[in-house]
Amino acid sequence: MARKASPVEQVVAIGIGAALFVVLGRFGSIPSGIPDTNIETTYALLALFAVLYGPLAGLLIGLIGHTIKDAISFGPWFSWIIASAVVGLIIGLAARKIDVRDGEFGKKDLIRFNLYQIIANAAAWFVVAPVLDIVIYAEPVNKVFTQGLVAGLSNIVTVAVLGSLLLAAYAKTRTKKGSLTREL
Amino acid sequence: MKAKLIAYTGQDSPIHRLTGAAKLVVFAVWSVTAMITYDTRVLLVLLALGLIAFRVSRVRFRDFSFVLALILVFFLMNHVAIFLFSPLEGVRIYGTRHDLLHLVGRWWVTEEQLFYQLNVALKYLAVIPMALLFILTTDPGEFASSLNRVGVSYRIACSVSIAMRYIPDIQRDFQNIRFAAQARGLDISRKEKLVKRVRHMVGILLPLILTSVQRIETVSAAMELRGFGQGPKRTWYSARPLRAADIAAIAFVVLLAAASFWLTFEDGSRFYNPFA
Repeated sequence: MARKASPVEQVVAIGIGAALFVVLGRFGSIPSGIPDTNIETTYALLALFAVLYGPLAGLLIGLIGHTIKDAISFGPWFSWIIASAVVGLIIGLAARKIDVRDGEFGKKDLIRFNLYQIIANAAAWFVVAPVLDIVIYAEPVNKVFTQGLVAGLSNIVTVAVLGSLLLAAYAKTRTKKGSLTREL
Repeated sequence: MKAKLIAYTGQDSPIHRLTGAAKLVVFAVWSVTAMITYDTRVLLVLLALGLIAFRVSRVRFRDFSFVLALILVFFLMNHVAIFLFSPLEGVRIYGTRHDLLHLVGRWWVTEEQLFYQLNVALKYLAVIPMALLFILTTDPGEFASSLNRVGVSYRIACSVSIAMRYIPDIQRDFQNIRFAAQARGLDISRKEKLVKRVRHMVGILLPLILTSVQRIETVSAAMELRGFGQGPKRTWYSARPLRAADIAAIAFVVLLAAASFWLTFEDGSRFYNPFA
């Protein structure tokens, strides 16, 4: 069982996670080589924080972070804000089963993390974002599903590569549970 | 990374003097109204009122001018994409077809499409002045208390306030770490191969995340020591009581929303159809 973050720690983690989401969302994209498709590092961060602090924190980091990011750049686009919250929520559900805080991130955890992140990104970008685009903004069906497909696939790849690397690197900085042995 | 972020300007105007809670309610009701309606008349009124409010607030052009380019790019890309993907979306929605011009293949310019894209544009533009105004005229410290006042749990309100408070700090951290990494030869621009670019990005993100996790532990320990989260409620230093102007603003926006729903759905559809 993973060490759980205290409620106060969660409050702070949501705040600072959202601030990181904003900063990386604005300045942390790397050009991927394909036009208009950037590697959004901010979703790797969201995935890491969701695994560290749980589904509620993931949901709120996505919601608050994306709202602030949009509000201080080109105005809120509500359907994608909600999609970001869904990503955080679903990846956060994996938190109970992955013990990165105790320095554990083996092959099993890697597979579990990626399974959750693929489901999360697929649900958010292939379903939630396009459907809300149609319901709220009445945008053309083929346009929003193509956009969702591109965003979803690029986020899945980004989180699979960057998110996994970050989690593995983070686990290494933690002290393993039971790493001390008693000298006889 | 010289890009600025728009922020509270701390001027004095009737809009700045409204309490944060009132502005939050106005912004939320405004956004929901613009999200639901597709009625051109309503959207035009919203846009006009938004611009008037902007005028009243006396915010300086240079405080927000740098986001206009971003807005324009997003706006143009979206409109080009809509037309490329679905040139006859307007025809489908309004049920008639008046051709103006044939480009190539299935790309016809129709009156219906132009009108539909005008509406998409208005729907986006109607929210922008209010969103900018909300950020420019609301003190972040007071914002948390306003969230709490409208019924959001004070723990989440505090999270939002922490987020606003730490954005500049984290931006500075990120910049420092990135410059340090670049000085050591970690390139994340187009000049480097993709695989290396990603590996270099990990080298920048990891220190940023580790310092942030440490900061979370420090801040939460400090808050815990001061007994944060013990009571079911808390009071706010920056909270202000609602005054007549606040109540008037809230009443106005509620009436406006009611009127726009009535006008929008009077004919049973969320679209205003001048072609029928």
